[in-house]
Amino acid sequence: MKRRFVCAALPTVALAAGLGMAGCSVGEVTGGSDGGGSKGQVTIRLLVPVSGEGQTGVEEEMIAAFTKIHPNVKINLETQPGGTDGDNLTKTKLATGEMPEVFLYNTGSLLQALNPEQNLVDLSSEDWAGKITDSFKATVTTTKGGVYGAPIGTTSAGGVLYNKKVYADLGLKVPTTWDEYRANNEKIKAAGKTAIIQTFGSDWTAQLFVLADFGNVMAQDPDWAAQYTLNKRKYAEQPGLQGWLNQEQTAKDGFYNKDAASAVYDDGLKMLASGDGVTWPMLSSAVAGIAQNYPDAVNDIGMFPLPAQKAENTRMTMWMSNAFYIPKTATGDKLEAAKQFVAFANSEQGCQIQNEKSTATGPYSISTCQLPADAAPVLKDIQTWQDDGKAIPACEFLSPVKGPGMPNITVEVGRGIKTGMQGAQLYDQDVKKQAQQLGLPGW
Amino acid sequence: MSSAPTVVAGAPVVNRRRRRWSRDRAYPTWFYLPAALLFVVLFAVPTFASFYFSLTRWTLFNTEFIGLDNFVMFFQEPNLVKGFTNTFIYGFLTSASKVVIGLLLGLLLTGRVVGRGFLRAVIFFPVLVSTIGVGLTFKVLMDPFHGLINGSLAVLGITGPGWLTDPKYALLSVAAVDVWKGLGIATLIYIAGIVSIPQEYFEAARVDGASWWQNFWHITLPLVRPATTTVILLSLIGGLRSFDLIWAMTNGGPGFTSDVIASVIYKQYQAGFYGLSTAGNVVLFVVVALIIIPLNYFFLRREVDR
Amino acid sequence: MRRAHVKAWVVGLIALAVSVIVFIVPFWFILLTASKSASEAADLSLALPTQWQLFRNVVAVLGTGQGMVIRAFINSTTLTICSVALMVVIAAAAGYVLQRRQSRWNLLINFMVLAGLIVPPAVVPTIWVMQSIGIFKTMIGMIMIEVTFGLSFCILLFRAFVGTIPRELDEAAIVDGAGPLRLFFVVILPLLRPVMITVVVVQAVAVFNDFTGPLYFLPGFGNETVQLTLYNFQSQTLNQWNLLFSDILLITIPPLVMYIFFNRQIVAGMISGAVKG
Repeated sequence: MKRRFVCAALPTVALAAGLGMAGCSVGEVTGGSDGGGSKGQVTIRLLVPVSGEGQTGVEEEMIAAFTKIHPNVKINLETQPGGTDGDNLTKTKLATGEMPEVFLYNTGSLLQALNPEQNLVDLSSEDWAGKITDSFKATVTTTKGGVYGAPIGTTSAGGVLYNKKVYADLGLKVPTTWDEYRANNEKIKAAGKTAIIQTFGSDWTAQLFVLADFGNVMAQDPDWAAQYTLNKRKYAEQPGLQGWLNQEQTAKDGFYNKDAASAVYDDGLKMLASGDGVTWPMLSSAVAGIAQNYPDAVNDIGMFPLPAQKAENTRMTMWMSNAFYIPKTATGDKLEAAKQFVAFANSEQGCQIQNEKSTATGPYSISTCQLPADAAPVLKDIQTWQDDGKAIPACEFLSPVKGPGMPNITVEVGRGIKTGMQGAQLYDQDVKKQAQQLGLPGW
Repeated sequence: MSSAPTVVAGAPVVNRRRRRWSRDRAYPTWFYLPAALLFVVLFAVPTFASFYFSLTRWTLFNTEFIGLDNFVMFFQEPNLVKGFTNTFIYGFLTSASKVVIGLLLGLLLTGRVVGRGFLRAVIFFPVLVSTIGVGLTFKVLMDPFHGLINGSLAVLGITGPGWLTDPKYALLSVAAVDVWKGLGIATLIYIAGIVSIPQEYFEAARVDGASWWQNFWHITLPLVRPATTTVILLSLIGGLRSFDLIWAMTNGGPGFTSDVIASVIYKQYQAGFYGLSTAGNVVLFVVVALIIIPLNYFFLRREVDR
Repeated sequence: MRRAHVKAWVVGLIALAVSVIVFIVPFWFILLTASKSASEAADLSLALPTQWQLFRNVVAVLGTGQGMVIRAFINSTTLTICSVALMVVIAAAAGYVLQRRQSRWNLLINFMVLAGLIVPPAVVPTIWVMQSIGIFKTMIGMIMIEVTFGLSFCILLFRAFVGTIPRELDEAAIVDGAGPLRLFFVVILPLLRPVMITVVVVQAVAVFNDFTGPLYFLPGFGNETVQLTLYNFQSQTLNQWNLLFSDILLITIPPLVMYIFFNRQIVAGMISGAVKG
């Protein structure tokens, strides 16, 4: 009888022990609780989305430098996955009031989805707020005004990265119209190299044909973005349609690398650096990857904007910097500390750290930060377009309307599963969901 | 021991009631309480709530009643419809494969075969392994240019296709891995079913001079029906709701070509379209229920006939 | 008879060869790649590693992301042990009363149990309920979810098994003066040991391998389970296949251990539960 009782008691004991263990979450056990302090000590948290190892160099350095100046502030660095998974986490944290005191996030339409007026602190009265560029300001404000984010990192451009050495070897000139680009690609293909690198294994990269064409669209129709937000423009009509048609054509022309279907972003970097792949519609942030993995090749890479059908409409499309935000749940001492940290990030010292610890991929968004003298040639190419006044922010920064399906739809166009027109129509349908979710008028 | 109360007028009433009362005292209803509590709060309430929320536009911050618009949107978008058809293809294909191959393996592993114990162990092990682990492993093996499968085919002079990158094959490749992983359970259930067939039937058949095929068709197959029923139901439920493997291997890609309802639901959840995602859940629930419940009833009736 | 004997050998050898290619090669591939250096692993072939560095790779995996994998193992283990312990007791109690006590409610309860098996969880409303109670993104909340969705399978199995325990035992205990709790814990539960082992092992493996559950209901830094870290690992260890497969190997070890020790009981339990329906 006793043995039976012991046998019966076992699960109950295991249960009790387990419940005890479950009571303390692992987060607490391994430290990182943010008790408010004693003796004026303030602890705040900084949240950074990352997509891999070793991407928090800038933030770590900044925290170290900041705490030297403000020894009473302790900053705990937290990370979360990036991409669409991370977007969801960010929204949930804000909704449940668990957002760390400072968090890094995109600007533009992704910011709008966070409902800044309801959830974020307005920072327009800060010193640095007067020094941001106009195009950046447009991406961190709402219809009611206010400045909700402080820039961190540089802008980047979306266009065509190309291997200058191969272009020189083959005697090619930088194309200014789509037909010139196509002709160049034919010559590259004839020479046995890959004319256009595509990496469908990382589906977000397929979007560049359409996204980087946006500057050209705006050149032809400067009101396009505003009208698009009111549902009065569609990608299925010109001028928006052209980017989709061009993507379809490049696929049909057979310009892609053989393994495009399964290649991933890192493979693309390798191809461009080695010259096996000659052009790549991509963001200039790829330069950071090349500088890290193939530093010798950095000076071989240049950039030109995705050409429009007519040379006069060709523009460089710009992606704005990310920003630091402060949620409304930060109050009192923590709010002060958070504001100080954000201001520090944009101070001279903060800018220096940014230049040292990260690779610049475009001009900065605040006048206090300047590009280093030894910036990569790609940056000089981008700067030229900006100086000529021919750089336009990408769609997601001028309109809150962006659909979640674009990576998948553009992959289907690039793989020849759908035509360009079908892709554009599908995407127009896709954004409807987002627009309605945001409660925009006219949808 | 039957406990159906027999209605007999007169005397035994008092005794019967007292007996039932004391019997029921030994099996108190509050034993159900923890299960019932969990079930109602975390299963019943959300399921019923989902019917309401599927009719709204939901941002977790606020809700807006929009009637059947979510469902209209769901069935209008070609990608979502494709997810629907993919779900059916995936569910029925994996289920049919598990039934047929499971039965064949069950026959093999209950017959006279060398290394039977080893074979049984080997076939069952994938069932226990992490689905994500299996998905990632096969994703690597199926890589069109660097993977082992195409590498081995190349040795034989065949150029293997893009198993997961060709829109024609992506869903089927994932289904194949699903069968690989789930075959063990199907085989196990069949072995149990076959082993429980009384030997007398086979003896009688041998006396009558029956061939192997006649044995199979007239004895084994009908008598193994409970096992077949179980395998069909379990594999169909699992197949229609499958998410993990598809997500790990293709993310629904390339493009949308291997999306199933479960992955569509997740993508909408990721994008923050909570109302639409919940509508998708309702659709999935209705689909699974509409298929499984009649099937279950059909099998139950067949069994009663026996 | 010799012909049958030969046939047994021929069929057996063919079956063995096919099973090795289909079932063993993938696991062999995992083990090999986990033991190679990063550059050798990039070939993705079945070549033997020049140097077996399995241990070094495992240590590297455990060290990444500030011990993220270790944290994940702790989380997964906690989740598995707690959910299974709770599940077994609650389901045994429910299945036992379901089998023993005849009442009109039984039809409804049976239907609900079946529903629990079929109906997919409504994700966002469940999150909404959990948030209202305040258990969303907590380990306790995740445990309750796992228990809730594991109940159906367990109740079915327990109900079937309790049916094989003769009522005379109950009656004898009642006559001895046992109350309901004592009857259950002291008389019935120990007799349920065979099916309990099956239930524990099957459900432990299921909870340990659950990916979607924690993905939806236990997100957040520090909360990752092993399946989630494995999934995140593929983007974090791009082209470091040796590390990815070392992680896969690590994650396969607990179920493997379970399998080696409890194989026979799992089989017996599943058979009795499945065929009896």
